[in-house]
Amino acid sequence: MRTLARRIGFYLLTAVAAVTVDFLIPRVIPGNPLDAVLAHTQGQVITKATLRALEVQFGTHSKTGQWGQYLHYWSNLAHGNLGVSTSEGMVPVTTVIRGALPWTLGLVGTATVLSFILGTLLGILIAWRRGTWLDNLLPATTFFQAAPYFFLAFLAIDLFAIKLAWFPSGSARGILDFPAVNWTYISDVLDHAILPALTIVVASGAGWIVGMRNVMVTTMDEDYVLMAQAKGLPKRRVIWYAARNAILPSISGFSLAIGFVVSGALLTEIVFSYPGLGFVLLNAVQEADYALLQGVFLVITMAVLLANLAADFVYVFLDPRTRQEA
Amino acid sequence: MAIGTSTGLGSAPADGASLLPVPDAAGRRMRLQLPRSPKVLIGLAMLAVFLIVAVIGPWIAPYNPSRSFSATASFPQAPSAAHWLGTTQQQQDVLSQLLAGGRSTVLVAFVAGLVATVLSIVIGVTAGYAGRLTDDLLSMLANFFLVLPALPLLIVIFGFLKTAQGGHDLLIGLVIAITGWAWGARVLRAQTLSLRNRDYVESARIVGERGWRIIGFEILPNLTPIVASSFLFTVLYGVGTYTALAFLGLVNPNHWSWGGMLFYAQVAGAEQSGYWWLFIPPGIAVALLGTSLALINFGIDEFINPRLRVAGLSRRRARRAGVSGLPKRFVLGVTPVVRQDLAAAADGTPGWGPGGRAPGGPAPGAGSADLISASGHAKSRRWRRGGGQ
Repeated sequence: MRTLARRIGFYLLTAVAAVTVDFLIPRVIPGNPLDAVLAHTQGQVITKATLRALEVQFGTHSKTGQWGQYLHYWSNLAHGNLGVSTSEGMVPVTTVIRGALPWTLGLVGTATVLSFILGTLLGILIAWRRGTWLDNLLPATTFFQAAPYFFLAFLAIDLFAIKLAWFPSGSARGILDFPAVNWTYISDVLDHAILPALTIVVASGAGWIVGMRNVMVTTMDEDYVLMAQAKGLPKRRVIWYAARNAILPSISGFSLAIGFVVSGALLTEIVFSYPGLGFVLLNAVQEADYALLQGVFLVITMAVLLANLAADFVYVFLDPRTRQEA
Repeated sequence: MAIGTSTGLGSAPADGASLLPVPDAAGRRMRLQLPRSPKVLIGLAMLAVFLIVAVIGPWIAPYNPSRSFSATASFPQAPSAAHWLGTTQQQQDVLSQLLAGGRSTVLVAFVAGLVATVLSIVIGVTAGYAGRLTDDLLSMLANFFLVLPALPLLIVIFGFLKTAQGGHDLLIGLVIAITGWAWGARVLRAQTLSLRNRDYVESARIVGERGWRIIGFEILPNLTPIVASSFLFTVLYGVGTYTALAFLGLVNPNHWSWGGMLFYAQVAGAEQSGYWWLFIPPGIAVALLGTSLALINFGIDEFINPRLRVAGLSRRRARRAGVSGLPKRFVLGVTPVVRQDLAAAADGTPGWGPGGRAPGGPAPGAGSADLISASGHAKSRRWRRGGGQ
């Protein structure tokens, strides 16, 4: 299990580095973040205490040195204190994120899993039927892969929501709006999630198809596949043996993909006015809401790290060779 | 492909340990072999068109892309004879914007690709060649950048660059490159690790070559396909990322780019109101530019890993090669390839793969289809066909 311990160590270090980057954001950007915040909060009453809190948070008018502020930032983090959001009416950042996170997790989670499964299965099929018309699907998928996520989102809205009116084109329920769980609510969520999810699946599925197909074609030429074939095993069984081995690079490539998918999902959220983290992040940037921006960036980074860690665990579980190496 | 530097020493790994082609006398043939695939040809042609548009686009644009044609009309006008792709909400000519916006998009993407590739070569090859602590530290750096979600970071950075100098193509490309080099570095490091202990590198070291010379003249030439692939991949990443950032309005909106056009389309509510001419042209342009890069990358993939190409013997292609009577569906574990007469005659032995002859036999005077288990045999055969045995 030394492999896993090493990976966990790496992710812990990466997490520390990510927190440090997060700490540095308001400190390295040009201009005074406090002024920017105040410029965007005209009309709101800012108490002395709030001002003080903001000063401490951005380190603009603080007597403690940078190192002291850094430690303070960590202690705040340990207490689950991410500051207050100036653009969302001075509510704690954690509240805003807690409202947006389920939306993003639901959308990105479902879409990623769906596109991985569908893409991998299609990749197996295309590799198995190589030399047939299915090979022509590959160049076609690159088009969807190369097209920006939000362009596909535009097309989807134009076609399905406006022209055919199958789906609502308005925005989903608000960020802080968490009604009781009942059928109307669930169907509302589903109605608003299908189109964005479809966009993400179409856009990110192509990568899985090409990756799986290429490895599968290589694996199908391995001697053990020929052996399985020669033994007269049913075709389905042979494909299963080949696919099981071919899927490993796809899973290790998950680390690379998840970042892209999350990035793409953030864009998709913005086009669909979907009240998730991407939407919140863009708002925070536009409103110069540093605390919220730091919080969202931190949560996204941690989520990506966790997904990577999970993929690593699955990989070690699936591939015995990684266990022997240690 | 750089040829000749490691010629004599680079013995052919017939066991298929390396996925890279062996640089030998067949090199000249290999270089010509690359553009032969229709995918690569189409990709190269498309890319050439985009590069030409990037250079001359702003000059051949019929109007100034920022010029407003009417102060009274408040809705985007559909395509007409005067404005082939219609006008925007501000009554600007969409075609002119499309032509003018190409330059910035292509420039940013290529700057990003170039800088990121240089970074990934320096870091990846150094890590792979140096090993030990250097390797550990550099690998960790690459992995850190790999798992860091790039777009949120870029959104944050550009959110604050915008006010300062968000319209500067070179700067944008540079910032995108910083988030995009890690993947290439990781792939290059892995391949360098496997090249480092090859005999010819070992001999160069024993002869007393300096480290930089071994890297520059023995290792780098053999990494060329991977470097090219990683360059195209990063350019593709640059196109997507720049378009996304411009679409979010984080780049100076007076600086025309395809992403910026999509930004204005979103502002005008184009997808809700059916103003398709606002988002279809720039979207298709970005998608096609990306497709052209991906198609070339397909070709490089097939070049690096010939099994991907050998596998694609369709029935039509087999017929064209004069082979008939192929089985309806190939058995798993067996790859059909067309063997040219020349090679077959020189080789002489019909059944050098475990598969044996295809049913139906060779058609006279054309080619023969061999069903061979392609675990290495087909590949080395193909590479050496040029006479380098």
